[in-house]
Amino acid sequence: MAFISSGYRPEKPMEGRISDIGPHKYDSYFPPVIAENFGKWLYHEILEPGVLMHVAEGGAKVYTVRVAGTRTMSITHIREVCDIADKYCNGFVRWTTRSNIEFMTDSEETLAALKADLATRKFDGGSFKFPLGGTGAGVSNMIHTQGWVHCHTPATDASGPVKCVMDAVFDDFQNMRLPAPVRISLACCINMCGAVHCSDIGVVGIHRKPPMIDHEWADQLCEIPLAVAACPTAAVRPTKVEHDGKKVNTIAVKADRCMYCGNCYTMCPAMPIADAEGDGVIIMVGGKVSNRISKPKFSKVVVGYIPNEPPRWPSLTKTIKHILDVYATDAQKYERLGDWAERIGWQAFFEKTGLQFTHHLIDDFRDPAYYTWRQSTQFTF
Amino acid sequence: MAKHATPMLDELEKGPWPSFVSDIKQEAAHRAANPNGLDYQIPAEAPEDLLGVLELSYEEKETHWKHGGIVGVFGYGGGVIGRYCDQPEKFPGVAHFHTVRVAQPAGKYYSTKFLRDLCDLWDLRGSGITNMHGSTGDIVLLGTQTPQLEELFYELTHKMNVDLGGSGSNLRTPAACLGQSRCEYACYNTQDMCYQLTMDYQDELHRPAFPYKFKFKFDGCPNGCVCAMARSDFAVVGTWKDDIKIDQEQVKAYAAGELKPNAGAHAGRDWGKFDLQAEVVDRCPGHCMKWDGAKLSIDTKHCVRCMHCINTMPRALHIGDERGASILVGAKAPVVDGAQMGSLLIPFIDCSAPYDDVKEVIEKIWDWWMEEGKNRERVGETMKRLSFQKLLEVTDTEAAPYHIVQPRTNPYIFFKEEEVPGGWERDIKQFRERHQR
Repeated sequence: MAFISSGYRPEKPMEGRISDIGPHKYDSYFPPVIAENFGKWLYHEILEPGVLMHVAEGGAKVYTVRVAGTRTMSITHIREVCDIADKYCNGFVRWTTRSNIEFMTDSEETLAALKADLATRKFDGGSFKFPLGGTGAGVSNMIHTQGWVHCHTPATDASGPVKCVMDAVFDDFQNMRLPAPVRISLACCINMCGAVHCSDIGVVGIHRKPPMIDHEWADQLCEIPLAVAACPTAAVRPTKVEHDGKKVNTIAVKADRCMYCGNCYTMCPAMPIADAEGDGVIIMVGGKVSNRISKPKFSKVVVGYIPNEPPRWPSLTKTIKHILDVYATDAQKYERLGDWAERIGWQAFFEKTGLQFTHHLIDDFRDPAYYTWRQSTQFTF
Repeated sequence: MAKHATPMLDELEKGPWPSFVSDIKQEAAHRAANPNGLDYQIPAEAPEDLLGVLELSYEEKETHWKHGGIVGVFGYGGGVIGRYCDQPEKFPGVAHFHTVRVAQPAGKYYSTKFLRDLCDLWDLRGSGITNMHGSTGDIVLLGTQTPQLEELFYELTHKMNVDLGGSGSNLRTPAACLGQSRCEYACYNTQDMCYQLTMDYQDELHRPAFPYKFKFKFDGCPNGCVCAMARSDFAVVGTWKDDIKIDQEQVKAYAAGELKPNAGAHAGRDWGKFDLQAEVVDRCPGHCMKWDGAKLSIDTKHCVRCMHCINTMPRALHIGDERGASILVGAKAPVVDGAQMGSLLIPFIDCSAPYDDVKEVIEKIWDWWMEEGKNRERVGETMKRLSFQKLLEVTDTEAAPYHIVQPRTNPYIFFKEEEVPGGWERDIKQFRERHQR
């Protein structure tokens, strides 16, 4: 490999340097029908799962084909997206917040050809490259985090379990049979760089063992006071121990105060927390972001632990599919999963789903915990 | 022939959902074949080794990525995240595997020219693997080595006219829903506000000066497609003040079953005949609608703008004309003191360019938070620690019932000294003249 210079001269970093130019302007890449009707859209209709039609005041129409994208994506795949957009969409394409890809056209004929083309494209391994769906009262694409693919703090993988969950609920990505939209998300640790705390179904990676302490390295790798300050439950304190015959400055963790958030490890690499047996996922349900009918709400933990079961995470996928099916059967039209659980009551939620209620599901973190206990004699036998 | 056997990952090629494993494999094959004869600037086997190290994680159920190192481009404190593999001898192609965040256009519309240029750049100078997109919204280029960082930045800025995104304790890359570009519900130009504020705050975005991260998100309406009020420290959510516009003929057409309710969103099941009374009027959280079989009326004073009726009958009902946005502050994910939802600060704010009203609120919040916020404390946590009243004070906002769900249930009120006649300095001698010890 010979180093190829871009033109940058390391000895003169400021020479001709361009900085603070920001993103491209949002309207640089509007398809003509979008540019012409900006701010003039009147209504829309979902023609079939994955196909939208938006109609503007003057009668102009744009058809959108929404297909699944994977967050982790190769440039070979992006180039194929470009080939499709060049062929059918005048060289324009967009991505959604939930990693879906949208191809737009103002022609019904093009729409039909585009749909037919997308349906035929498969990876060598057999999966669809561009399945249509993710609209209306169905399951849209999962937002997720990095996982074992590229993160240093995960308690589970992200892309893998997402692939498995979406395989399990694939019919509901391509259908609109549910009472309301269902948003499933996955965060591979409680940092939630992909926030899942307001999802209909949220999967969150958790640790279950306090961090180990690398005494030999703690004082060299870490600002010990920062690690101490990082702990929300005051489980971390500075200490000195004998190591290899020397007194070293290091850290101690009070195990019974630790709830394994890993915030100390974020500040101090000498406190590794990941563990094959300790790590796994929880399932949270009933959150939403929309203000439609009911207010936005947080997801609640309904399964306190599922082990990591690579490569296909069967317990996780089975549980999610089950929750989804019970919800689909029992909820009323327009009820989000959390609205349904609140209407029937969480007692009934556990009865109907058959999920086991354990002590792990009762809140004990800080003041808000109290407000989740039942201060009433109203319950059912 | 694959460099590493990946029997567990191969299981992820099965099933209908697009397989990221198949995708990485096709990138590995592309780099092995090198059809364009590139002199790859990082190891050609990067995708192979990425699969290899991931397979190892699948066997061992633990990650093999180390804490990030301090890497970046000159003059910026964010945009690049250092990443190193903890098994570099086994997987030299990903031994150094840094992330580069590239600023996305608001609403994520692209030309294939831009995407192809980016792919060409990443083919030469990176792993060929991306995230489209990262959680905050950036284009994420996944995996390159330190000597390539300045080269990438030079090519991005000089040849593609695009900048890096945010990371660290700074303004993170703002994100917007697609807004007025293709949505009839958008109450303001989300993409433009996002773009303008991103441009105006480039310094805050690239040079960390905050206690912790700070996110802006812009939703065009209360449906909240970009999750602003759950995911951003500063959420701008479109709303309106006047009447929902009603087309009575279209309402009748919905009632008669001539139009598909919910824009067809429930078409996958037979829910029976559309019942306007039960499905719209009775579900209105403001109880502000009436339907007499011929005319739909809405008592605007009691409308909470939840969007349900508009979502259900998009051809008959339309957002009002007196448009702006509500501002909610302090949302965050759980780490470390628990998840928070944005709390309503400003019920209605003008959203016309150049957005001076919105920027004034932002800057007042920043001034306060940069002064008072602790290290790694999100503004929502500062609000909890120092009170909502303090936020009202620093933003010159009058307390009003819309700020709360209910008034306080405890009597522990902090009064300001000037609110109490005579203040807090009292004479104990005078007190003792009236009251024996």
